[in-house]
Amino acid sequence: MKPISRRAVITSGLAAAGVAGLAVADRIAGRHGLIPPDCRGIYGAGETLTYAAHRLVTRDSKAREFPRNMISKNPFANETAPPSDQFKKLQAGGFSDWRLTIDGMVAHPMTLSLADLRSLPTHSQITEVACEEGWSYVAEWIGTPLSGVLREAGVLPQVRYLKYFSIQPEWSDSIDMADAHHPQTFLTMGMNDGELPVGFGGPLRLRVPRQLGYKSVKYITRITATDEMKFQGEYAWFAGI
Amino acid sequence: METPRHSALVRVTHWLTVISFVALLVTGLEIVISHPRFYWGETGNVNMKPLFTIPIPSSRDTVPTGYGYVMPDQNGWSRYLHFESAWVLVLTGLVYGIASLLNGHFRRDLVPERGERTLGAHWRRIRQYVRRKAPDADEVQSYNVLQRTTYLVVIFVLFPLVIWTGLALSPSFNAAFPWGVNLLGGRQSARTLHFFVTWALVLFFVVHVAMIAVSGFWKRTRGMITGHAEPQEEAMVTKEVA
Repeated sequence: MKPISRRAVITSGLAAAGVAGLAVADRIAGRHGLIPPDCRGIYGAGETLTYAAHRLVTRDSKAREFPRNMISKNPFANETAPPSDQFKKLQAGGFSDWRLTIDGMVAHPMTLSLADLRSLPTHSQITEVACEEGWSYVAEWIGTPLSGVLREAGVLPQVRYLKYFSIQPEWSDSIDMADAHHPQTFLTMGMNDGELPVGFGGPLRLRVPRQLGYKSVKYITRITATDEMKFQGEYAWFAGI
Repeated sequence: METPRHSALVRVTHWLTVISFVALLVTGLEIVISHPRFYWGETGNVNMKPLFTIPIPSSRDTVPTGYGYVMPDQNGWSRYLHFESAWVLVLTGLVYGIASLLNGHFRRDLVPERGERTLGAHWRRIRQYVRRKAPDADEVQSYNVLQRTTYLVVIFVLFPLVIWTGLALSPSFNAAFPWGVNLLGGRQSARTLHFFVTWALVLFFVVHVAMIAVSGFWKRTRGMITGHAEPQEEAMVTKEVA
Protein backbone atom coordinates (compact mmCIF):
# COMPACT_ATOMS: atom_id res chain seq x y z
CA MET A 1 0.00 0.00 0.00
CA LYS A 2 1.18 3.46 -0.82
CA PRO A 3 2.02 5.45 2.30
CA ILE A 4 -0.32 8.37 2.88
CA SER A 5 1.58 11.58 2.29
CA ARG A 6 1.52 14.44 4.70
CA ARG A 7 0.20 16.69 1.95
CA ALA A 8 -2.75 14.33 1.31
CA VAL A 9 -3.61 14.26 5.01
CA ILE A 10 -3.49 18.04 5.29
CA THR A 11 -5.45 18.58 2.07
CA SER A 12 -8.24 16.16 2.94
CA GLY A 13 -8.32 17.47 6.49
CA LEU A 14 -8.76 21.02 5.24
CA ALA A 15 -11.42 19.94 2.74
CA ALA A 16 -13.39 18.10 5.43
CA ALA A 17 -13.10 21.08 7.78
CA GLY A 18 -14.23 23.35 4.96
CA VAL A 19 -17.33 21.29 4.19
CA ALA A 20 -18.22 21.00 7.88
CA GLY A 21 -17.59 24.72 8.34
CA LEU A 22 -19.88 25.60 5.45
CA ALA A 23 -22.65 23.38 6.82
CA VAL A 24 -22.37 24.98 10.26
CA ALA A 25 -22.22 28.48 8.75
CA ASP A 26 -25.35 27.77 6.72
CA ARG A 27 -27.31 26.71 9.82
CA ILE A 28 -26.15 29.65 11.90
CA ALA A 29 -26.85 32.06 9.03
CA GLY A 30 -30.35 30.64 8.54
CA ARG A 31 -31.16 30.93 12.24
CA HIS A 32 -29.92 34.51 12.58
CA GLY A 33 -31.46 35.87 9.40
CA LEU A 34 -28.28 36.29 7.38
CA ILE A 35 -29.62 34.76 4.16
CA PRO A 36 -31.24 37.19 1.67
CA PRO A 37 -34.18 36.17 -0.55
CA ASP A 38 -31.93 36.30 -3.63
CA CYS A 39 -29.38 33.86 -2.21
CA ARG A 40 -29.74 31.45 -5.16
CA GLY A 41 -28.34 31.58 -8.66
CA ILE A 42 -24.92 32.61 -9.87
CA TYR A 43 -24.88 35.85 -7.89
CA GLY A 44 -26.32 34.29 -4.73
CA ALA A 45 -22.97 33.75 -3.01
CA GLY A 46 -21.94 37.39 -3.34
CA GLU A 47 -25.34 38.66 -2.24
CA THR A 48 -25.37 36.36 0.79
CA LEU A 49 -21.90 37.51 1.85
CA THR A 50 -22.92 41.16 1.47
CA TYR A 51 -26.20 40.80 3.33
CA ALA A 52 -24.74 38.65 6.11
CA ALA A 53 -21.80 41.04 6.58
CA HIS A 54 -24.18 43.97 6.89
CA ARG A 55 -26.51 42.25 9.30
CA LEU A 56 -23.54 41.24 11.47
CA VAL A 57 -21.73 44.59 11.36
CA THR A 58 -24.19 47.38 10.52
CA ARG A 59 -27.55 46.14 11.84
CA ASP A 60 -28.15 49.04 14.28
CA SER A 61 -26.05 51.76 12.69
CA LYS A 62 -27.67 55.05 11.69
CA ALA A 63 -27.42 56.61 8.25
CA ARG A 64 -25.32 59.78 8.24
CA GLU A 65 -27.35 62.91 9.00
CA PHE A 66 -26.22 66.26 7.66
CA PRO A 67 -26.36 69.85 8.87
CA ARG A 68 -29.12 72.02 7.46
CA ASN A 69 -26.72 73.99 5.24
CA MET A 70 -25.94 70.79 3.32
CA ILE A 71 -29.52 70.33 2.09
CA SER A 72 -29.32 70.24 -1.72
CA LYS A 73 -30.67 73.36 -3.38
CA ASN A 74 -31.43 71.46 -6.56
CA PRO A 75 -32.50 67.94 -5.66
CA PHE A 76 -33.32 65.64 -8.55
CA ALA A 77 -36.75 64.00 -8.46
CA ASN A 78 -35.95 61.28 -11.02
CA GLU A 79 -38.60 60.22 -13.49
CA THR A 80 -41.57 58.09 -12.63
CA ALA A 81 -44.16 56.43 -14.83
CA PRO A 82 -47.07 58.75 -15.74
CA PRO A 83 -49.51 58.92 -12.81
CA SER A 84 -52.34 56.40 -12.97
CA ASP A 85 -55.96 57.59 -13.19
CA GLN A 86 -56.46 56.47 -9.61
CA PHE A 87 -53.56 58.71 -8.51
CA LYS A 88 -54.88 61.68 -10.48
CA LYS A 89 -58.31 61.32 -8.86
CA LEU A 90 -56.80 61.28 -5.36
CA GLN A 91 -54.56 64.23 -6.24
CA ALA A 92 -57.60 66.24 -7.38
CA GLY A 93 -59.11 65.66 -3.95
CA GLY A 94 -55.99 66.94 -2.18
CA PHE A 95 -55.09 63.35 -1.21
CA SER A 96 -57.72 63.44 1.56
CA ASP A 97 -58.89 60.00 0.42
CA TRP A 98 -55.34 58.54 0.34
CA ARG A 99 -55.22 55.37 2.43
CA LEU A 100 -52.37 53.24 3.72
CA THR A 101 -53.34 49.66 4.50
CA ILE A 102 -51.28 47.59 6.92
CA ASP A 103 -52.12 43.91 6.59
CA GLY A 104 -50.70 40.40 6.43
CA MET A 105 -49.28 38.83 9.58
CA VAL A 106 -50.34 41.55 12.01
CA ALA A 107 -52.63 41.32 15.04
CA HIS A 108 -54.58 44.46 14.08
CA PRO A 109 -54.81 45.10 10.34
CA MET A 110 -55.53 48.75 9.77
CA THR A 111 -56.17 51.45 7.22
CA LEU A 112 -54.75 54.92 7.85
CA SER A 113 -55.41 58.27 6.21
CA LEU A 114 -52.70 60.90 5.87
CA ALA A 115 -54.39 62.77 8.75
CA ASP A 116 -54.08 59.61 10.88
CA LEU A 117 -50.38 59.42 10.04
CA ARG A 118 -49.90 63.11 10.83
CA SER A 119 -51.39 62.59 14.28
CA LEU A 120 -48.55 60.17 15.07
CA PRO A 121 -45.21 61.45 16.43
CA THR A 122 -43.46 63.51 13.75
CA HIS A 123 -39.71 63.15 13.24
CA SER A 124 -37.32 64.61 10.72
CA GLN A 125 -33.96 63.58 9.35
CA ILE A 126 -31.54 65.23 6.94
CA THR A 127 -30.25 62.30 4.94
CA GLU A 128 -28.94 61.57 1.48
CA VAL A 129 -30.78 59.80 -1.32
CA ALA A 130 -28.21 57.84 -3.30
CA CYS A 131 -29.39 56.34 -6.58
CA GLU A 132 -27.79 53.16 -7.87
CA GLU A 133 -27.00 55.10 -11.05
CA GLY A 134 -24.51 57.23 -9.12
CA TRP A 135 -26.20 60.57 -8.39
CA SER A 136 -27.36 61.81 -5.01
CA TYR A 137 -28.87 64.68 -3.05
CA VAL A 138 -29.45 65.60 0.57
CA ALA A 139 -32.90 66.61 1.83
CA GLU A 140 -34.79 66.92 5.06
CA TRP A 141 -37.41 64.20 5.32
CA ILE A 142 -40.35 64.67 7.66
CA GLY A 143 -42.66 61.87 8.69
CA THR A 144 -43.37 59.26 11.27
CA PRO A 145 -41.11 56.29 11.98
CA LEU A 146 -42.52 53.10 10.50
CA SER A 147 -41.69 51.26 13.74
CA GLY A 148 -44.47 53.12 15.62
CA VAL A 149 -47.09 52.09 13.07
CA LEU A 150 -45.82 48.52 13.18
CA ARG A 151 -46.14 48.50 16.96
CA GLU A 152 -49.78 49.60 16.75
CA ALA A 153 -50.52 47.01 14.09
CA GLY A 154 -48.95 44.31 16.27
CA VAL A 155 -46.55 42.59 13.90
CA LEU A 156 -46.47 38.88 14.71
CA PRO A 157 -43.14 37.51 15.98
CA GLN A 158 -42.60 35.18 13.03
CA VAL A 159 -42.69 38.02 10.49
CA ARG A 160 -39.43 38.34 8.56
CA TYR A 161 -40.18 40.83 5.79
CA LEU A 162 -42.37 43.78 4.98
CA LYS A 163 -43.58 44.13 1.42
CA TYR A 164 -44.69 47.60 0.42
CA PHE A 165 -46.66 48.65 -2.63
CA SER A 166 -46.94 51.84 -4.63
CA ILE A 167 -50.20 53.05 -6.12
CA GLN A 168 -48.34 52.94 -9.43
CA PRO A 169 -48.93 49.52 -10.98
CA GLU A 170 -46.16 46.93 -10.59
CA TRP A 171 -44.06 49.05 -8.26
CA SER A 172 -43.28 47.46 -4.93
CA ASP A 173 -40.34 46.36 -2.84
CA SER A 174 -39.54 44.76 0.50
CA ILE A 175 -37.23 45.06 3.49
CA ASP A 176 -36.23 42.86 6.41
CA MET A 177 -37.27 43.60 9.99
CA ALA A 178 -33.92 45.21 10.89
CA ASP A 179 -34.71 47.97 8.41
CA ALA A 180 -38.46 47.92 9.15
CA HIS A 181 -37.88 48.69 12.85
CA HIS A 182 -34.93 50.99 12.17
CA PRO A 183 -35.53 54.46 13.70
CA GLN A 184 -34.69 56.23 10.41
CA THR A 185 -37.16 54.25 8.31
CA PHE A 186 -39.93 56.81 7.85
CA LEU A 187 -43.36 57.04 6.35
CA THR A 188 -42.48 60.39 4.82
CA MET A 189 -45.03 63.13 4.12
CA GLY A 190 -42.85 66.26 4.19
CA MET A 191 -39.62 67.40 2.60
CA ASN A 192 -37.49 70.44 3.42
CA ASP A 193 -40.16 72.03 5.66
CA GLY A 194 -42.96 71.67 3.10
CA GLU A 195 -45.29 68.98 1.83
CA LEU A 196 -43.55 66.12 0.06
CA PRO A 197 -43.81 67.08 -3.64
CA VAL A 198 -45.36 64.50 -5.98
CA GLY A 199 -42.11 64.21 -7.93
CA PHE A 200 -40.30 63.12 -4.79
CA GLY A 201 -42.97 60.60 -3.78
CA GLY A 202 -45.74 62.71 -2.26
CA PRO A 203 -48.07 62.31 -0.60
CA LEU A 204 -46.46 59.26 1.02
CA ARG A 205 -43.04 57.73 0.49
CA LEU A 206 -41.25 55.07 2.50
CA ARG A 207 -37.73 56.35 3.22
CA VAL A 208 -35.10 53.67 3.85
CA PRO A 209 -31.99 55.85 4.13
CA ARG A 210 -29.49 53.03 4.69
CA GLN A 211 -30.27 51.57 1.28
CA LEU A 212 -30.05 52.91 -2.26
CA GLY A 213 -32.86 55.07 -3.58
CA TYR A 214 -34.78 52.28 -5.28
CA LYS A 215 -35.81 50.86 -1.88
CA SER A 216 -37.49 54.20 -0.99
CA VAL A 217 -40.66 53.51 -2.97
CA LYS A 218 -42.93 56.45 -3.82
CA TYR A 219 -46.74 56.66 -3.41
CA ILE A 220 -47.13 53.94 -0.76
CA THR A 221 -50.64 52.52 -0.29
CA ARG A 222 -50.09 49.12 1.30
CA ILE A 223 -47.65 47.38 3.63
CA THR A 224 -47.89 43.63 4.14
CA ALA A 225 -46.09 41.66 6.85
CA THR A 226 -44.96 38.20 5.81
CA ASP A 227 -42.68 35.38 6.93
CA GLU A 228 -41.51 34.28 3.51
CA MET A 229 -40.68 35.79 0.19
CA LYS A 230 -39.92 34.66 -3.31
CA PHE A 231 -37.66 37.26 -4.83
CA GLN A 232 -38.02 38.01 -8.51
CA GLY A 233 -36.26 41.11 -9.63
CA GLU A 234 -33.52 42.43 -11.80
CA TYR A 235 -31.78 44.39 -9.06
CA ALA A 236 -30.26 43.07 -5.85
CA TRP A 237 -32.83 42.73 -3.07
CA PHE A 238 -30.56 44.19 -0.42
CA ALA A 239 -29.49 47.64 -1.57
CA GLY A 240 -27.35 48.66 1.39
CA ILE A 241 -24.43 47.17 -0.58
CA MET B 1 12.49 19.18 -8.23
CA GLU B 2 13.43 22.71 -9.16
CA THR B 3 11.88 25.58 -7.25
CA PRO B 4 8.94 26.96 -9.21
CA ARG B 5 9.22 30.47 -10.60
CA HIS B 6 5.97 31.37 -8.84
CA SER B 7 4.59 29.56 -5.81
CA ALA B 8 1.22 27.81 -6.06
CA LEU B 9 -0.29 30.47 -3.77
CA VAL B 10 0.92 33.30 -6.01
CA ARG B 11 -0.33 31.52 -9.15
CA VAL B 12 -3.81 30.77 -7.80
CA THR B 13 -4.34 34.21 -6.23
CA HIS B 14 -2.93 35.91 -9.36
CA TRP B 15 -5.52 34.33 -11.65
CA LEU B 16 -8.39 34.82 -9.22
CA THR B 17 -7.40 38.49 -9.11
CA VAL B 18 -7.29 38.67 -12.92
CA ILE B 19 -10.76 37.15 -13.24
CA SER B 20 -12.33 39.36 -10.57
CA PHE B 21 -10.52 42.50 -11.79
CA VAL B 22 -11.76 42.05 -15.35
CA ALA B 23 -15.29 41.37 -14.10
CA LEU B 24 -15.15 44.46 -11.87
CA LEU B 25 -13.82 46.60 -14.70
CA VAL B 26 -16.44 45.55 -17.24
CA THR B 27 -19.36 45.79 -14.82
CA GLY B 28 -18.00 49.03 -13.34
CA LEU B 29 -17.89 50.68 -16.76
CA GLU B 30 -21.39 49.36 -17.40
CA ILE B 31 -22.61 51.00 -14.17
CA VAL B 32 -20.86 54.28 -15.03
CA ILE B 33 -22.81 54.47 -18.29
CA SER B 34 -25.99 55.03 -16.29
CA HIS B 35 -24.54 58.33 -15.08
CA PRO B 36 -21.38 59.32 -16.98
CA ARG B 37 -20.96 62.50 -14.94
CA PHE B 38 -18.62 63.02 -12.00
CA TYR B 39 -18.79 65.46 -9.11
CA TRP B 40 -16.80 66.55 -6.09
CA GLY B 41 -18.19 66.72 -2.56
CA GLU B 42 -21.13 64.97 -0.93
CA THR B 43 -23.86 65.34 -3.53
CA GLY B 44 -24.19 65.50 -7.30
CA ASN B 45 -26.98 65.04 -9.82
CA VAL B 46 -28.10 66.31 -13.22
CA ASN B 47 -29.28 69.58 -11.64
CA MET B 48 -25.75 70.27 -10.44
CA LYS B 49 -22.55 71.26 -12.22
CA PRO B 50 -20.33 68.25 -12.80
CA LEU B 51 -16.57 68.19 -12.24
CA PHE B 52 -16.32 66.49 -15.63
CA THR B 53 -18.39 64.26 -17.86
CA ILE B 54 -17.42 61.35 -20.05
CA PRO B 55 -18.55 62.12 -23.60
CA ILE B 56 -20.60 58.98 -24.15
CA PRO B 57 -24.34 58.29 -24.37
CA SER B 58 -25.99 57.19 -21.13
CA SER B 59 -28.21 54.20 -20.39
CA ARG B 60 -30.72 56.60 -18.78
CA ASP B 61 -32.79 59.19 -20.64
CA THR B 62 -32.68 61.49 -17.59
CA VAL B 63 -28.99 62.27 -18.18
CA PRO B 64 -28.42 65.11 -20.65
CA THR B 65 -25.51 63.78 -22.72
CA GLY B 66 -26.16 65.61 -25.98
CA TYR B 67 -26.57 62.30 -27.79
CA GLY B 68 -30.05 61.49 -28.98
CA TYR B 69 -29.47 57.88 -28.03
CA VAL B 70 -30.07 55.92 -24.84
CA MET B 71 -27.98 52.80 -24.34
CA PRO B 72 -29.52 49.56 -23.03
CA ASP B 73 -29.68 49.31 -19.24
CA GLN B 74 -27.54 46.45 -17.91
CA ASN B 75 -27.22 47.60 -14.30
CA GLY B 76 -29.13 44.73 -12.70
CA TRP B 77 -26.68 41.92 -13.45
CA SER B 78 -23.73 44.33 -13.63
CA ARG B 79 -24.23 45.36 -10.02
CA TYR B 80 -24.75 41.76 -8.87
CA LEU B 81 -21.53 40.67 -10.60
CA HIS B 82 -19.61 43.77 -9.49
CA PHE B 83 -20.15 43.05 -5.79
CA GLU B 84 -19.70 39.30 -6.10
CA SER B 85 -16.38 39.90 -7.89
CA ALA B 86 -15.43 42.42 -5.22
CA TRP B 87 -15.84 39.68 -2.61
CA VAL B 88 -13.61 37.35 -4.63
CA LEU B 89 -11.00 40.11 -4.95
CA VAL B 90 -11.07 41.04 -1.26
CA LEU B 91 -10.96 37.45 0.01
CA THR B 92 -8.22 36.54 -2.47
CA GLY B 93 -6.26 39.61 -1.41
CA LEU B 94 -6.60 38.68 2.25
CA VAL B 95 -5.34 35.14 1.66
CA TYR B 96 -2.46 36.39 -0.49
CA GLY B 97 -1.54 39.20 1.91
CA ILE B 98 -1.57 37.15 5.09
CA ALA B 99 0.24 34.20 3.52
CA SER B 100 2.85 36.46 1.93
CA LEU B 101 3.55 38.16 5.24
CA LEU B 102 3.98 34.78 6.93
CA ASN B 103 6.00 32.98 4.26
CA GLY B 104 8.30 35.89 3.52
CA HIS B 105 7.15 36.46 -0.09
CA PHE B 106 6.85 40.21 0.44
CA ARG B 107 10.17 40.49 2.24
CA ARG B 108 12.07 38.19 -0.14
CA ASP B 109 10.55 39.00 -3.54
CA LEU B 110 8.88 42.42 -3.37
CA VAL B 111 10.56 44.72 -0.87
CA PRO B 112 13.46 46.41 -2.74
CA GLU B 113 16.82 44.99 -1.77
CA ARG B 114 19.12 46.92 0.50
CA GLY B 115 21.19 49.36 -1.51
CA GLU B 116 18.46 49.54 -4.17
CA ARG B 117 16.08 51.67 -2.13
CA THR B 118 16.96 54.93 -3.85
CA LEU B 119 15.41 57.02 -6.57
CA GLY B 120 18.66 56.60 -8.50
CA ALA B 121 18.27 52.83 -8.56
CA HIS B 122 14.74 53.24 -9.96
CA TRP B 123 15.95 55.75 -12.51
CA ARG B 124 18.71 53.40 -13.69
CA ARG B 125 16.09 50.70 -14.40
CA ILE B 126 13.82 53.14 -16.20
CA ARG B 127 16.70 54.14 -18.51
CA GLN B 128 17.41 50.49 -19.10
CA TYR B 129 13.79 49.90 -20.16
CA VAL B 130 13.67 52.98 -22.36
CA ARG B 131 16.87 51.99 -24.15
CA ARG B 132 15.52 48.47 -24.45
CA LYS B 133 18.65 46.94 -23.00
CA ALA B 134 18.68 43.27 -22.11
CA PRO B 135 17.92 42.58 -18.43
CA ASP B 136 20.77 42.05 -15.99
CA ALA B 137 21.64 38.52 -14.96
CA ASP B 138 20.13 39.03 -11.50
CA GLU B 139 16.73 39.82 -13.02
CA VAL B 140 16.24 36.37 -14.45
CA GLN B 141 15.32 34.81 -11.14
CA SER B 142 13.99 37.85 -9.26
CA TYR B 143 12.27 41.19 -9.75
CA ASN B 144 14.26 44.39 -10.21
CA VAL B 145 13.63 47.39 -8.01
CA LEU B 146 11.21 49.06 -10.43
CA GLN B 147 9.09 45.94 -10.63
CA ARG B 148 9.19 45.54 -6.85
CA THR B 149 8.09 49.10 -6.17
CA THR B 150 5.34 48.88 -8.77
CA TYR B 151 3.95 45.64 -7.31
CA LEU B 152 4.09 47.08 -3.79
CA VAL B 153 2.22 50.22 -4.89
CA VAL B 154 -0.44 48.12 -6.64
CA ILE B 155 -0.82 45.75 -3.67
CA PHE B 156 -0.58 48.22 -0.79
CA VAL B 157 -1.84 51.48 -2.29
CA LEU B 158 -4.05 51.03 -5.36
CA PHE B 159 -6.02 47.93 -4.34
CA PRO B 160 -6.67 49.20 -0.78
CA LEU B 161 -7.71 52.57 -2.24
CA VAL B 162 -10.09 51.08 -4.79
CA ILE B 163 -11.66 48.93 -2.05
CA TRP B 164 -11.93 51.86 0.35
CA THR B 165 -13.47 54.22 -2.22
CA GLY B 166 -15.84 51.42 -3.27
CA LEU B 167 -16.95 50.73 0.29
CA ALA B 168 -17.50 54.48 0.76
CA LEU B 169 -20.29 54.17 -1.86
CA SER B 170 -22.25 51.75 0.32
CA PRO B 171 -24.96 53.59 2.26
CA SER B 172 -25.13 50.93 5.00
CA PHE B 173 -21.35 50.74 5.37
CA ASN B 174 -21.21 54.52 5.59
CA ALA B 175 -23.84 54.38 8.32
CA ALA B 176 -21.57 52.16 10.42
CA PHE B 177 -18.27 53.83 9.50
CA PRO B 178 -19.03 57.44 8.51
CA TRP B 179 -15.36 58.48 8.61
CA GLY B 180 -14.75 56.13 5.66
CA VAL B 181 -16.63 58.41 3.29
CA ASN B 182 -16.16 61.70 5.17
CA LEU B 183 -12.35 61.43 4.97
CA LEU B 184 -12.63 61.16 1.20
CA GLY B 185 -14.62 64.39 1.04
CA GLY B 186 -18.10 62.93 0.62
CA ARG B 187 -20.00 60.40 -1.45
CA GLN B 188 -19.45 61.98 -4.86
CA SER B 189 -15.73 62.54 -4.16
CA ALA B 190 -15.47 58.87 -3.25
CA ARG B 191 -17.17 57.91 -6.52
CA THR B 192 -14.83 60.13 -8.54
CA LEU B 193 -11.76 58.75 -6.73
CA HIS B 194 -13.03 55.19 -7.28
CA PHE B 195 -13.08 55.99 -11.00
CA PHE B 196 -9.55 57.48 -11.00
CA VAL B 197 -7.99 54.65 -8.98
CA THR B 198 -9.61 52.22 -11.40
CA TRP B 199 -7.76 53.90 -14.27
CA ALA B 200 -4.49 53.73 -12.32
CA LEU B 201 -5.07 49.97 -12.00
CA VAL B 202 -5.92 49.74 -15.70
CA LEU B 203 -2.67 51.56 -16.50
CA PHE B 204 -0.75 49.00 -14.44
CA PHE B 205 -2.66 46.18 -16.15
CA VAL B 206 -1.80 47.48 -19.64
CA VAL B 207 1.89 48.04 -18.88
CA HIS B 208 2.10 44.68 -17.09
CA VAL B 209 0.67 42.81 -20.08
CA ALA B 210 2.84 44.84 -22.50
CA MET B 211 5.99 43.91 -20.56
CA ILE B 212 4.95 40.26 -20.60
CA ALA B 213 4.37 40.48 -24.34
CA VAL B 214 7.85 41.93 -24.82
CA SER B 215 9.55 39.31 -22.68
CA GLY B 216 7.68 36.35 -24.20
CA PHE B 217 3.94 36.22 -23.66
CA TRP B 218 3.39 32.45 -23.63
CA LYS B 219 6.55 31.70 -21.67
CA ARG B 220 5.59 34.18 -18.94
CA THR B 221 1.92 33.16 -18.94
CA ARG B 222 2.89 29.50 -18.72
CA GLY B 223 5.16 30.41 -15.83
CA MET B 224 2.23 31.91 -13.98
CA ILE B 225 0.05 28.87 -14.71
CA THR B 226 2.39 25.92 -14.15
CA GLY B 227 5.06 27.62 -12.10
CA HIS B 228 7.72 26.62 -14.62
CA ALA B 229 8.64 28.66 -17.65
CA GLU B 230 11.58 26.79 -18.97
CA PRO B 231 12.96 24.37 -21.48
CA GLN B 232 11.10 21.10 -21.71
CA GLU B 233 7.63 22.63 -21.85
CA GLU B 234 8.73 25.20 -24.35
CA ALA B 235 10.21 22.54 -26.59
CA MET B 236 6.95 20.62 -26.46
CA VAL B 237 4.86 23.59 -27.46
CA THR B 238 7.17 24.39 -30.37
CA LYS B 239 6.80 20.83 -31.60
CA GLU B 240 3.01 20.99 -31.44
CA VAL B 241 2.91 24.25 -33.32
CA ALA B 242 5.25 22.89 -35.96
